[in-house]
Amino acid sequence: MRYAMIIDTLKCVGCSDCVVACQTENDVPIGYCRDWITETVNGAYPNLELELKSERCNHCDNAPCVRCCPTGASHIVDGGIVMVTHDECIGCGACIESCPYDARYQHPDGYVDKCTFCHHRLEKGQLPACVSVCPTKCMYFGDLDNPNSEVSQLLKNRKHKTLAPEAGTDPHVFYLI
Amino acid sequence: MTTSRRKFIKISAIGLGGVAATTSALSMFGANSYLDDLVKQNVSKKFKRTATYCEVCFWKCAGWAHTDEDGEIKKIIGNDDDPHCNGRLCPRGTGGVGMYNDEDRLKTPLIRTTVNGEETFRKASWEEALDLIASKFKGFKDTYGAESVALFKHGSPGSHLEHLFKAFGSDTIAEPAYAQCRGPRETGFGLTFGSWIGSPEPTDIRDTKCLVLIGSHIGENMHNSQVQEMSDAIDNGATIITVDPRLSTAASKSEHWLAIKPATDIALLLSWMNVIIEEGLYNKKYVEKYGLGFDQLEAHVKQFTPEWAYGITTIEPKEIRKTARIMAAAAPSVIIHPGRHVTWYGDDSQRGRAIAMLNGLLGSWGNRGGFYFKESLKVPEFPHPEYPEPKWGWKEIGKKYPYAEMGITTELVQATIPSENNEYPIKAWLVAGTNLVNTLPQREKTLEAIEAVEFMVVIDTMPMEITGYADVVLPECTYLERYDDIRSMTNRIPSIAVRVPVVEPKYDSKPAWWISKEIGERLGLHDYFNYNDFEEVIDWQLHELGTSLEEMKKIGVKTFDRKSGPLFLEEGQDHYFYTPSGKIEFYSQQLADKGFDPMPVYTAHPEPPQGFYRLNYGRSPMHTFSRTINNPNLNALKSENTLWVNPKVARMMSLKTNQEVWLKNQDDIISTFSIKVRVTERVRWDSIYMYHGFGHNNKELTRAFGKGISDTELISKIAMDPLMGGTGLRGNFVAILTENPHKNTEI
Amino acid sequence: MQEELFTSGRNIPHIDPFLQIWHWPISLYLFLGGLAAGILFFAALFYVLGKEKEYPAAVKFASIIPPIALSTGLLALVYDLTHKLYTWQLYTTFRIESPMSWGAWVLLIVTPLSFLWLFSFYAEIYPKTEEKLQLLKKFKFLATFEQFLKTNRLYIAYALIPLTLVLGVYTGILLSAFNARPLWNNAILGPLFLTSGLSTGAAAIILMAKTKQEKHLFGKIDLGLIIVELALIVHMIMGYYAGSQVQLEAMQLLVGGDFTLMFFGFVVLLGLIIPASLELIELIGFKVPVIVPAMLVIIGGLIFRFVMVEAGQLTRFLY
Ligand SMILES: Nc1nc2c(c(=O)[nH]1)N[C@H]1C(S)=C(S)[C@@H](COP(=O)(O)OP(=O)(O)OC[C@H]3O[C@@H](n4cnc5c(=O)[nH]c(N)nc54)[C@H](O)[C@@H]3O)O[C@H]1N2
Ligand SMILES: Nc1nc2c(c(=O)[nH]1)N[C@H]1C(S)=C(S)[C@@H](COP(=O)(O)OP(=O)(O)OC[C@H]3O[C@@H](n4cnc5c(=O)[nH]c(N)nc54)[C@H](O)[C@@H]3O)O[C@H]1N2
Ligand code: SF4
Ligand code: SF4
Ligand code: SF4
Ligand code: SF4
Ligand code: SF4
Ligand SMILES: [Mo]
Repeated sequence: MRYAMIIDTLKCVGCSDCVVACQTENDVPIGYCRDWITETVNGAYPNLELELKSERCNHCDNAPCVRCCPTGASHIVDGGIVMVTHDECIGCGACIESCPYDARYQHPDGYVDKCTFCHHRLEKGQLPACVSVCPTKCMYFGDLDNPNSEVSQLLKNRKHKTLAPEAGTDPHVFYLI
Repeated sequence: MTTSRRKFIKISAIGLGGVAATTSALSMFGANSYLDDLVKQNVSKKFKRTATYCEVCFWKCAGWAHTDEDGEIKKIIGNDDDPHCNGRLCPRGTGGVGMYNDEDRLKTPLIRTTVNGEETFRKASWEEALDLIASKFKGFKDTYGAESVALFKHGSPGSHLEHLFKAFGSDTIAEPAYAQCRGPRETGFGLTFGSWIGSPEPTDIRDTKCLVLIGSHIGENMHNSQVQEMSDAIDNGATIITVDPRLSTAASKSEHWLAIKPATDIALLLSWMNVIIEEGLYNKKYVEKYGLGFDQLEAHVKQFTPEWAYGITTIEPKEIRKTARIMAAAAPSVIIHPGRHVTWYGDDSQRGRAIAMLNGLLGSWGNRGGFYFKESLKVPEFPHPEYPEPKWGWKEIGKKYPYAEMGITTELVQATIPSENNEYPIKAWLVAGTNLVNTLPQREKTLEAIEAVEFMVVIDTMPMEITGYADVVLPECTYLERYDDIRSMTNRIPSIAVRVPVVEPKYDSKPAWWISKEIGERLGLHDYFNYNDFEEVIDWQLHELGTSLEEMKKIGVKTFDRKSGPLFLEEGQDHYFYTPSGKIEFYSQQLADKGFDPMPVYTAHPEPPQGFYRLNYGRSPMHTFSRTINNPNLNALKSENTLWVNPKVARMMSLKTNQEVWLKNQDDIISTFSIKVRVTERVRWDSIYMYHGFGHNNKELTRAFGKGISDTELISKIAMDPLMGGTGLRGNFVAILTENPHKNTEI
Repeated sequence: MQEELFTSGRNIPHIDPFLQIWHWPISLYLFLGGLAAGILFFAALFYVLGKEKEYPAAVKFASIIPPIALSTGLLALVYDLTHKLYTWQLYTTFRIESPMSWGAWVLLIVTPLSFLWLFSFYAEIYPKTEEKLQLLKKFKFLATFEQFLKTNRLYIAYALIPLTLVLGVYTGILLSAFNARPLWNNAILGPLFLTSGLSTGAAAIILMAKTKQEKHLFGKIDLGLIIVELALIVHMIMGYYAGSQVQLEAMQLLVGGDFTLMFFGFVVLLGLIIPASLELIELIGFKVPVIVPAMLVIIGGLIFRFVMVEAGQLTRFLY
């Protein structure tokens, strides 16, 4: 089992529904977020390209945040999901410094928090909250180890990219372009 | 400066000790407990769900509000069976819980009073506030007639109050969703196809082969199922053509983005028709069978060649031809989208008509991938006596505009301002669910009317600008705390949805149905409100529809089979269009008879003078107008608007991203607040762009106050649509000020 | 034109618009760790070399600093943790890939050793205090313990030499292990911080030294270390030059940006070049109050940690 998320930038409208849904699903305190939207504009009027995408922890295979964690609070669970055990986290911030995507934040309660791929929902057989609300249905989630899954098929058939591959983290959130 | 009688009061700012103390104590307490709750690990997942439909905009998506064991609303999720949302709410709907949690909400009835020469609000009991309103309304009825009491409304509270007003004898009713919004397209399509577009738009976007968006910025305009279907269309390989002077999100998803010069769309539409007719690309069978006046149209558009349009629109003739051919190739599975907020330049009904005619030429009306025949379920009215016949009402007030089919807000405003030849003097206002100050153009005029009106009641959930001018403020509870009408709107299939209170009303707030009933009872209109609880009304109606409240509480949404026939025309089928001729009217005799152009023509509109830029505005996908700016969840996503400025302009004026600037419009109106510059290629060099709804100036909106600029404030010039009274808003020009113009004045 | 922005209003405290997760306590901690490592390294080295008598400041007197520095450093570290009540979780595991874990464990060993080292010299360094307190007389076990330490001092010294080197290198590796911060991400930072730590250690010894001979020797050592340090800094900057776009941008912070004055003015000039010149002048035979270059080196070392921690967090991969 290797979970992955795919976001189709050709369809994402940057509405931030995924951000609010994560907020309410995961009780992310106001002013913090586990996911966010970036907008990139290239070119000169009227020859322009606009890319909107929803970003979050990439659940990297080669996760520096896990490696640098002194307590083991950051760890990888089944399906390649990078998790943080709140009661083991001392809030040293090393993982935050180590993440090239700035995907983690210090929760006001002190521990470090970030996207969990909605692990608690997956356990119940539900899709991550962000994926389940996206009005453009541009987000996909599934198992890369299964060659017939929607995500495997999309990666096979569509042009895609990951963020900052040069950071060498082997991200598992993919963007269709 | 004249001192205004109806001085704007910042609620509780100078309130009586008691009011001030309770509100601030409550707001502090509210804020903290809200944050604390959010901070708690959401481990308990034993949620209860309650059926509701969303009130954050007017798409009214049905959803489930989830509450935890403590009765806290944790999240709101779309109802899978709802054709308006297909189980997915938009960001605003998902963030709707913030409407309930907002600790700045109105908390008690307030009555305007004078203490030591200072106007202020005092806290009042419902009893006192309602008695006051009823006695005032009676007084106006006795002196000037019930017609002199006007209702401005929008959204769900509207229908309850409309019922009260009609029972009371007033049809002096208007909402901004007409003359500031959809009105012109309804007229344009009505004149052509004999049918309104209505809401939701009956556009078969998911099955279309070609979607043409003219200024309609779906994706930023988050009307839910449209956004969903546009995405389906992308998946299905549909061609999207977007006409917009700005690189909208939709434009960025389009194969063809026509970066049109603002205010010239009619020229483009005429030249498209020219190409389609000249090249014989129109749907000949369809036009022959259903159309009327094609020959006149052919003759009319002959002159409007792409070369002609090029000079006006700056869109190259080959682009115009190419896109026309793409549409024709896709026809009849093509949608030239009617748009929604279409009050732009005053000739908007005619632009709406041009869009309708183009659709007519391509045969998309009544065809798959074009426009479907919508259907809704008629919800029977709860029994009540006939409404009395008012002597005059919105119709008479707007009679200058022969095609007005709803009240024109700005005409009601005008009728409130005393003048000698005012046939329909309005003396009192009840405003429910519309923030007129940030909604109507020509704010000065709105304020003049507010100053003149003798009595004004505002029913709102939030201390919005409009509440500050009221004599009585009534706090409505949010949609999550009340029953409302059964939602029955048009769609592919008829459906109904219910709104059931998820939690008890917070603070001392009440639902609009209760407020209407209580005022009604005090006005001796008991027979119109023959129930104790609105629940009874809904239950009765649901039984009439063959279901029950009990069932609806469990399912939230019920869909029904169509009764009006198939969604689309069958090959060669006869069809009656509700126009005078029963046909699609390319040439409109009724327009000609009334002295209007029977077919649209292009007229040039004013352009920005030297040093000025056209004020363009639109929707932020995470907000609804001014109503959500203070919503804690949505404010966190976008707390202020920015001023989009083309890099050329920025270079000329040495503007930097994030620099604070002020705006001054052609009438020397200066923005109250500053706005941060966003230097971006997404906007033309002759325009600036900003999201609508920001720049709140009521300090009670703690998150929203002073954040960004209100576009409304700068819209002092309007272009009236002579057909239906729409207020064209896009003809205002602004200069950018880099120095604080308020340096020496206090805001 | 390229434009890149967050459209969902991301403004997370201490993360946006740039990281401010590690604050002054971390800089202080890195500095104090380096300083303590430097002093203890020299103490142990000179003890092993049997130079205890000739260089009493290095071996004995300066040893008062490391226990204080390390304790303060640890306090500072814990102070900057945001989930402090769980600090003990550091010691439930050892994570071989985590510099933070290394640091925690090394400190756990070095800090007590530094106390033991100091205690073993207690009676010698502070005879007057002992006369007053009579600790060793009053508490028999303390006396036994002191005796035990004295006989085993050499073993402590042998242990301290590698441990202090690890500690010194660790203060640099803690930063350089972070790929995600282009300014930190270079192999030089470990040796550089070690050298800097040794150099501040030497400077501290100079301050504590009473004899000309000791001052001179450590002046020379310090001079040598400063030269190495300067070379490493040049090397580091060349490394950024040769590096990727993000590293080039990171370097800009030091070379032509917000931190240029701090870095070149305070760290390189005032903290390295001037004290080196002064020490050189002194060595040649001119009269220079050695306290001046020594203090400059120490302050320069402190500022250096501040600059690297602060500036490093400004540099990033994306956005
Ligand atoms: N400058 C400018 N003006 C515009 C537009 C524009 O784009 N620019 N757009 C136009 C268009 S398309 C439209 S449709 C109109 C919309 O105009 P409005 O409907 O006036 O929009 P809002 O500003 O959201 O104001 C809604 C009011 O209802 C209150 N409210 C929200 N929920 C409830 C409720 O449940 N009960 C009660 N009683 N009150 C509630 C809110 O607090 C707020 O005061 O504006 C038009 N005016
Ligand atoms: N998120 C969100 N969604 C909403 C709402 C909301 O408040 N928030 N409100 C809802 C309501 S009530 C309405 S009416 C709709 C309105 O939604 P639309 O009907 O889509 O909005 P408009 O304001 O007509 O269109 C705005 C676009 O028109 C472009 N434009 C400006 N001038 C011109 C011009 O001269 N020619 C052309 N071709 N384009 C031009 C602007 O650049 C902008 O991209 O949105 C609905 N959806
Ligand atoms: S909800 Fe979907 S469309 Fe909206 S921003 Fe997120 S990924 Fe994009
Ligand atoms: S994105 Fe960052 S936090 Fe997530 S696994 Fe990768 S390095 Fe760790
Ligand atoms: S902050 Fe917590 S999760 Fe992150 S590295 Fe430190 S202990 Fe591990
Ligand atoms: S997967 Fe879950 S935790 Fe991660 S961003 Fe989406 S909603 Fe948030
Ligand atoms: S479109 Fe969004 S805001 Fe409007 S009703 Fe639906 S969910 Fe609510
Ligand atoms: Mo609207």
